[in-house]
Amino acid sequence: MIRLSGIRKTFNPGEASEVRALLPLNLELLQGEFVVVIGANGSGKSTLLNLLAGSERPDAGTIRLDDTDITSLPDYRRSKFLGRVFQHPHAGTAPDLSILENFRLAALRTKTKTLRIGLQQDFRNTVQEQVAALQMGLEHKLDQPMGKLSGGQRQALTLLMSTFDSCRLLLMDEPTAALDPRSATIVMQLAEKIIRQQELTAVLITHQLKDCLQYGDRILFMKEGRVAEDISGEAKKQLKLQDLYGRFAD
Amino acid sequence: MFSDFALTAIVQGIAFAGLGCGIYLSLRIFRIPDITTDGSYTLGGILSAIALSSGMHPIPVLLLALLGGGMAGASTGIIHTRLDVNPLLSGILVMTALYSVNLILAGRPNLPLNEVKSIFQLSGNDADTFQCLLTVFLVLALLLGLLYFLLITDFGIGMRATGNNETMAAAMGIHTQGMKIIGLALANACTALSGSLICQYQGFADINMGIGIVISGLGAVMMGETLLANWLRKSLLFHLLAIALGCILFRLIIAGALYAGTDPNYLRLLTALIVLGIVFAGKLRKTSST
Repeated sequence: MIRLSGIRKTFNPGEASEVRALLPLNLELLQGEFVVVIGANGSGKSTLLNLLAGSERPDAGTIRLDDTDITSLPDYRRSKFLGRVFQHPHAGTAPDLSILENFRLAALRTKTKTLRIGLQQDFRNTVQEQVAALQMGLEHKLDQPMGKLSGGQRQALTLLMSTFDSCRLLLMDEPTAALDPRSATIVMQLAEKIIRQQELTAVLITHQLKDCLQYGDRILFMKEGRVAEDISGEAKKQLKLQDLYGRFAD
Repeated sequence: MFSDFALTAIVQGIAFAGLGCGIYLSLRIFRIPDITTDGSYTLGGILSAIALSSGMHPIPVLLLALLGGGMAGASTGIIHTRLDVNPLLSGILVMTALYSVNLILAGRPNLPLNEVKSIFQLSGNDADTFQCLLTVFLVLALLLGLLYFLLITDFGIGMRATGNNETMAAAMGIHTQGMKIIGLALANACTALSGSLICQYQGFADINMGIGIVISGLGAVMMGETLLANWLRKSLLFHLLAIALGCILFRLIIAGALYAGTDPNYLRLLTALIVLGIVFAGKLRKTSST
């Protein structure tokens, strides 16, 4: 379980451009819960995700994973339990490295990268098997540089990579925003499958209102730096598209 | 005889390959234009001259040069990552400081290697050009072998990812700041190794020997890469070999110019023009292939 208590975050404090990204925020994410975050631009969605990832620190408040205080743990150390998929399909992979080398890093996400040659045949076979399951025909292109693939392919691989090593929390920041509708569907279905299979706690930021009806157990609607609405359980299942549009109108 | 001239240039070119590897590590792997090079190259030469004159065996002298260059590079890395200073400026700061450090270490601007046993006199007497060639070749083979091994290990993949996509590297649990410090240390260690070999080959170290060397190194790297552009993707080993080849060619061109009677005062101008030409050739190639 992840618990955020009394989190505040202000950008450029004291200047004319001061932005209060998060007002005091209290939030609990249950183990295995798939949370979808929606809200207008500047409502604090990305800040929330960055605070969870550790790429930004809160000005006040604490973040706890189970009973451990992780508030001041930097991003590269949080990667021990956390996988990330970014909005830009290029952000989650290294373009000049081969698919196989990208996966090698993913396999070692929680471990030390030693002076060992890890690209052996058995590792190649493992990756080949997982990549083949995507049915994108990439299993025979493992030595190609990642940069040669399409955005959809890269995003699907990023998703696979971020959960390749043991993972408890999956953070996704508009993972399908830059993809065509077909690739977007493939990536979302893959995410759903991985989250359920590995019983991950997942946070998805999206502007696709249809996605938050179709996927997830809980919706957080953010507005001006706070959680304006928290819809889960039966209420989430009953939710209709027009209800959501209405919330953006006011 | 031009063949003697050329052979000497080849020895120098091979000795230069450490510098090429240093530029490759900082500029290509980490995408940091690192100007520390000018200072760490001289540092390698000065340290070697001092150590050899005090009677140290030439092999530990090479290690000493590596260590000195590594410390210079680590300083740049620490200033860049810990103090959040622009990498170019960090390099210039350390390079500037190193000029004084080198002068203080040497005590005077020029240190001749008289009556000392350098790596080229290991067999007892002065080595002929062929033995020199063999010596620098062995050092280069060892360096390229070690670098290639490093780059394909799990750690090396982490290094390459750090320069290629830092956000991704951090998300994969890589301490990217530490990685950059290690990378710049390695790069400048390679550069200082070249400084040491050149100093031992020419028989003196000079406080100004490193001025503008970063441009020569860059030119050599780009020349090798441009000539073997179609092979680079196949293996990192080809990339390293291309750099070594570029270094040799670069020295050959300079030697050719000198042999043809070019006034040595024009050498830096010539170097700058060659590098400009290579950059331009690279651009033309890109435009024509797209």
